Amino acid sequence: MSRKADPDRFNVTKDALLPGLFFALLVRWCVAAYPYSGQKKPPMFGDYEAQRHWQEITVHMQIKNWYYNTTQNDLQYWGLDYPPLTAYHSLLMGLVADWLDPESVRLFASRGYESDTHKTFMRWTVFLSDIYFYVTAVLCICIDAERVKPKDQKNVFKRMDIASILFLLYPGLILIDHGHFQYNCVSLGLFLWAAFFIVAIENDVLATIFFVLALNYKQMELYHALPFFCYLLRKCFIGLPPKGKIKHIVSNFNKLAIAVISCFILIWYPFTGSWNDILQVIHRVFPLKRGVFEDKVSNVWCFINVFVKLKTVYTNEDMAQMCLVATAAAVLPSCLDLFFRINKKKFVLSLINVSLAFFLFSFQVHEKSILLVAVPVAMHFPEDPFMCFWFLLMSNFSMLPLLLRDGLLIPFIATNVIYICFYSISIKLAQPSAGFFSFFNANRVFKTVHTTKNENSVLVNLLSVNFFFSVFGMFWLLVASLFIVPPPSYPDLFPLMISVYCCSHFLLFFIYFNHQQFSIPVSLPAVTKVKTK
Amino acid sequence: MKKWKYKGRFRVYLPRFSALKTKILNRSTDFEVHRNWLAITHNLSIDQWYYDSTSEWTLDYPPFFAWLEYILSHMAKWFDPKMLHVTNLNYDSDMTILFQRLSVMALDLIYILGVKSCSNLIGNGKLLVFILLVSNPGLLMVDHIHFQYNGLLYGFLLLSISNMITSNYIQAATWFAVLLNLKHIYAYVAPVYIVYLLRAYCFTISSSDGIHTPWYSFSITNLFKLAITVTIVFILSFGPFIDHLPQLLSRLFPFKRGLCHAYWAPNFWALYNFGDKVLQQILPKLGINVPKLEASMTGGLVQEYDHIVLPTIKPWMTFILAGFSMLPALIKLWCLCADRRYRALSFIRCLIVCATCSFMFGWHVHEKAILMLLIPLSFMSVLGDEDGKLFLIISTVGHYSLFPLLYPKNLLAIKIFMLLTHTAIGFGNIPSLYEVPQKSKSSKRRRAFMRLPMLSHIESLYIYGLLILCIYENVLHAAFGLDRTLPFLPLMLTSVYCSIGVFYFWIRYYYYFLTFNLSKLPMVGSVNLSVYAKKVN
Repeated sequence: MSRKADPDRFNVTKDALLPGLFFALLVRWCVAAYPYSGQKKPPMFGDYEAQRHWQEITVHMQIKNWYYNTTQNDLQYWGLDYPPLTAYHSLLMGLVADWLDPESVRLFASRGYESDTHKTFMRWTVFLSDIYFYVTAVLCICIDAERVKPKDQKNVFKRMDIASILFLLYPGLILIDHGHFQYNCVSLGLFLWAAFFIVAIENDVLATIFFVLALNYKQMELYHALPFFCYLLRKCFIGLPPKGKIKHIVSNFNKLAIAVISCFILIWYPFTGSWNDILQVIHRVFPLKRGVFEDKVSNVWCFINVFVKLKTVYTNEDMAQMCLVATAAAVLPSCLDLFFRINKKKFVLSLINVSLAFFLFSFQVHEKSILLVAVPVAMHFPEDPFMCFWFLLMSNFSMLPLLLRDGLLIPFIATNVIYICFYSISIKLAQPSAGFFSFFNANRVFKTVHTTKNENSVLVNLLSVNFFFSVFGMFWLLVASLFIVPPPSYPDLFPLMISVYCCSHFLLFFIYFNHQQFSIPVSLPAVTKVKTK
Repeated sequence: MKKWKYKGRFRVYLPRFSALKTKILNRSTDFEVHRNWLAITHNLSIDQWYYDSTSEWTLDYPPFFAWLEYILSHMAKWFDPKMLHVTNLNYDSDMTILFQRLSVMALDLIYILGVKSCSNLIGNGKLLVFILLVSNPGLLMVDHIHFQYNGLLYGFLLLSISNMITSNYIQAATWFAVLLNLKHIYAYVAPVYIVYLLRAYCFTISSSDGIHTPWYSFSITNLFKLAITVTIVFILSFGPFIDHLPQLLSRLFPFKRGLCHAYWAPNFWALYNFGDKVLQQILPKLGINVPKLEASMTGGLVQEYDHIVLPTIKPWMTFILAGFSMLPALIKLWCLCADRRYRALSFIRCLIVCATCSFMFGWHVHEKAILMLLIPLSFMSVLGDEDGKLFLIISTVGHYSLFPLLYPKNLLAIKIFMLLTHTAIGFGNIPSLYEVPQKSKSSKRRRAFMRLPMLSHIESLYIYGLLILCIYENVLHAAFGLDRTLPFLPLMLTSVYCSIGVFYFWIRYYYYFLTFNLSKLPMVGSVNLSVYAKKVN
């Protein structure tokens, strides 16, 4: 197709894209220079060792034995507890590691293997996965955000370059993936691709396939499953021709069903020897015996645990049932709203609401799961920068105890300062009169989005004050947890305070985002694509 | 709308933070050097400073720098007093590292001040210059990762330049004298200051033809003022050491070192050495005998080295070469100084030319010295299209040539992305300043495939060559298994390849400066700095 014939030509702003992109990657490498979780901490080490161990297992074991406890595969020592796609990814990296440095993946002998070269190698694997899955998806989503922007709207956060730089500089993911060491970028990248296919391309089959891939990389993607399910199911029932409705519904549904099933079969094929094999994998992936939460997580159960010691009152099974009921109640409004009053904006908000509900109420939540909420929030960022920015800051802060344990204090501060600077500068781009700290002013930020509307009400001013005190609180909690030694009877005082502080915020955000979702009308204004002459 | 103006805004605050983050990565010998100087200045009395040789890293900077270390050492007490023990060699506690890194960052404020004072003089492109200078990857690498205090020194240089532009000659001379007493390497560009101050300040009348010098307007008072200022600075600096001057000078100018640093800086001597090596291999095959010598230059251990085929170079030769290569530029500067409006620009250009000459031919040049031309050139890059174009080439090559300074493999990606960010800012913004507005749409030609903006095909190819070089060095060389037999080949390739670029830059820029005449003005995108030109007296 020649350039002229392309019916969908559009222009995006690319001014700051290249320097910004390189800078975002530079920040990743600067963080990567810091220690990873469990560095030089035998006998169990940390997530880094887990990933290395999986490479070792997948390279040297029969594929059937990956999830079984055998003489060679001690499941107590970082047994594989992610779905098969993670295992395949580990296998791929393990093969490369085996080629470069066989010692690093030798069976048994390599436990606790650490060296600078190996660290660099592992960092490269994360970096390349990040670029391949996550960065590309972010770029596509940001290009689309500018493509569908009405021509007269001057929302600086929808400018492609600024949106993508802010998205890529989100500190939480950088710190966890490149500092703490995990591969969240892969599952989140696949998830973003799935969301991109729904929001931008409207290709439901591709969206399904990518979401199934994401789900098979990390089971935590289940947090996002309900909105996808509701949206895709509902899409089967709309836009029907007048004749042969039922046939159409069935064929729509079948397409998706075939996509899901064939994907699952392809991925799980090596484990389909017997039902036992499949059940063993599922048992490994969803362990019930681990308890309702491990460390201090900013969710409701940890919050309640401050007053009532849940673990002594209820058994694990009781807890699991309570979690199930609470979660179901929390996700229901958002899902029902999405199902009956479907549109694309609600879809993104519903992703936020459902994943936040899971984070707050479900069983076996980890601090890092907040990333699953943060990424949809970052997608929503251009629509509502003030609240989303607040949320994203809070989500970084909620992971502080974890990062402090890993010795990532300096990168934590630096990436956050960088992030705030970029945000502040973006506001200055829209309003040259803005100062550095004008991001505290909700009214100003709202004006960058809706240039025409004037919302200088008491509520907005109150919001600014709240935001200021919230950041103020974060700052002093950070200072306190660094410099004040907690009383010996409460060694976990500050992590607990942080988690309670964050949890109360998250609850309020939960209400706010639900409200936002409900207040979006069913029919959106028609999208006018910006075309060049 | 000046779109580009916003682009770079993103970077304003950031490089300093990224510097903060890389702080624990790599500590070079320079780290220990500065710790040792802290200890020397803190514990010993003044007359011992230049005699102490407990550590092999003796104090070899001029007195002002010693005083600076003395002041810093009093703050260092609060962090970790143990680092101030003279005998505590190679001491590196966490607090020591923290203190040293913080001191670099704090002293960088002077650099930012200098950058600010320079960039504020420019109309169109103010922000771009600020960002280019602040995000300079060379300084980040040398100061914040490798560890030195170059930011402080270049801050003084920029302050001096900005004062020169605004015709505050006395202040400019003062700042430069202070700079000389902080680090004497800047003596290489002192001739430019002497010529310029003489012509622009001591001769009060300026003619516009550029040839005729109005000798009758020589102002002895101005010369006297200048001399007094500079002398006072030097007395302040060297005064306390007046009894130990010979010892001090012998520390400042050691000639025991070799022609080239362990890693050849990309200058003329790198090509010379390379030629020697090549001839050494080729001549025996042609049947000509060459004497055998075991020493290897790139080994890093050998300080003195004799060339085998080509004549061996002595220190005095390099000085004569550097001096003679500067001479035409200085004469040209004398002529160009006649025009009051544009002489400040000529001054900076001449500064760049002379810095390049000294870099090309100097004795024992460090690769870091390339910053001496890169930093003034960043300032010039928005003031003339030829400057901008050559800046794009030399900033890429010059910063690349600093890569071997940080040899640990885990720093590779940081170096690359630092350079890429900087080049992306440069290549993205500078060309748009000099774009000639197209008359009709049809005449708008698309740039040829893969050709970089403003550069010709060959120059673009050369820049892409760096990419191949980088891949070869880091991946292929080891993959071919050559890292055992020829461990120093990548280093040699880098310095030879980069020296070609620097050589090209030197010739082009020299030619540009020598053929520069005022009829070429005004250039597209050029800025009128003449508003700052004041009449002397």
